[in-house]
Amino acid sequence: MSVALPDAERLYDALARELRPIVTPATGMIGIQTGGAWVAERLHRDLGLAIPLGTLNISFYRDDYASSGLHANVRPSQIPFDVNGRRIVLVDDVLFTGRTVRGAMNELFDYGRPESISLAVLADRGGRELPIAAQFVGATVAVPPGAKLDLRRDDAGRLSLHLEAGG
Amino acid sequence: MRNPQLNEKGELQHLLAIEGLPREIIVRILDTAASFVGVTEREVKKVPLLRGKSVFNLFFEPSTRTRTTFEIAAKRLSADVINLNIATSSQTKGETLLDTIDNLAAMHADMFVVRHGTSGAAHLIARHVAPHHHVINAGDGRHAHPTQGLLDAYTIRHYKRDFARLAVAVVGDILHSRVARSLIHALTTLGSPDVRVIGPQTLLPTGVESLGVRVFHDMLRGLRDVDVIVMLRLQNERMKGPLLPSAQEFFKCYGLTAEKLAAAKPDAIVMHPGPMNRGVEIDSTVADGRQAVILPQVTFGIAVRMAVMSILGGGAT
Repeated sequence: MSVALPDAERLYDALARELRPIVTPATGMIGIQTGGAWVAERLHRDLGLAIPLGTLNISFYRDDYASSGLHANVRPSQIPFDVNGRRIVLVDDVLFTGRTVRGAMNELFDYGRPESISLAVLADRGGRELPIAAQFVGATVAVPPGAKLDLRRDDAGRLSLHLEAGG
Repeated sequence: MRNPQLNEKGELQHLLAIEGLPREIIVRILDTAASFVGVTEREVKKVPLLRGKSVFNLFFEPSTRTRTTFEIAAKRLSADVINLNIATSSQTKGETLLDTIDNLAAMHADMFVVRHGTSGAAHLIARHVAPHHHVINAGDGRHAHPTQGLLDAYTIRHYKRDFARLAVAVVGDILHSRVARSLIHALTTLGSPDVRVIGPQTLLPTGVESLGVRVFHDMLRGLRDVDVIVMLRLQNERMKGPLLPSAQEFFKCYGLTAEKLAAAKPDAIVMHPGPMNRGVEIDSTVADGRQAVILPQVTFGIAVRMAVMSILGGGAT
């Protein structure tokens, strides 16, 4: 598929600029595995956040378990701070149907009751199936229906967006 | 013939025995279990995977630890759990095993966890039930106890990481032990190069070498430089039977004491599936010592059973 995709590194810079004014030393950042965790890892470092980074693997909260079964590569979620009363920035790579974010919020509430959750994504491709919106967006990206927008990270840590067949 | 545990796509449909399970499935269960260990440390120790599903614990033989950990595992997956101690119910009224299963299936059971004194009971049920039911063998006769083998493998991986470098000794009554059989199959499938069984001739099955293990009758020689020691329970009825002179004699030769433990590597871990007979197969100083990981085994058992049930319970039915 020959669709011009934006440079993920520039999207990342835009997202970091948006987040910089709103994060505080008390902000908790959580990346959704795996692409969201890559973005969160960079943001956490570049924004100089003091509280250790958390990651969520939402395999145990997916709404397609009954039809698709448990994902093959489940990795542990790790939230190394108390979420109770904390302002949380949840980070994902691509926002699409919103189902992953719903799963992540359900899981997060099993750790405690945050004061707030805001959502930061590198790319918003539209196509929401749930009433979920991101507060911080690197860019909106037009993607042909049925294609999958994928974030990759190379050995040097550079991020790039790719299209794959199958949504 | 297809492995009765796998569906036509090669996915796990029932867990009946470790023997014949592909390595990838075993590794997947252990990896999934590692993610569930984290869940049990959270404020809410539940995930919603089996919400709306019913798990029936069918125990035709008494058990406390296994039944309880299956119950906790199912509840942490949000399933409804029904415990049936059949030894004291329908069976005594003459109902057959498969009639019991049909009745429970009519109550919309999704998963059966079966402990039975007869080898092959779980297989029989698995062959009988409709494809949307799942059967987990929680111990059948002398044959298999796959979730115990998996939790033992999980414990070994947790402390020792790489199976390919390990020497593991399984000690005691191998002959009557479904735990030993399941663990040996798990270890050889996962690539442990040096699995040893140690015990008196009368408590070793004939041809045990064909499972890929080395046989020792001398405890000190068998334990030399091992990384992992798995002590088996000596069942009370064996102590009085014709296979052994006495419990005291057994302890003298095969009971794990601090002196015998010193033959193993200094960082060797000591495991036991429970319940322990202190002073018969294991000395209290060892059972309570710094090398024992017997209680962590119990905790890991919950995560391993959650992994098995969550892998079985999802997907199109």
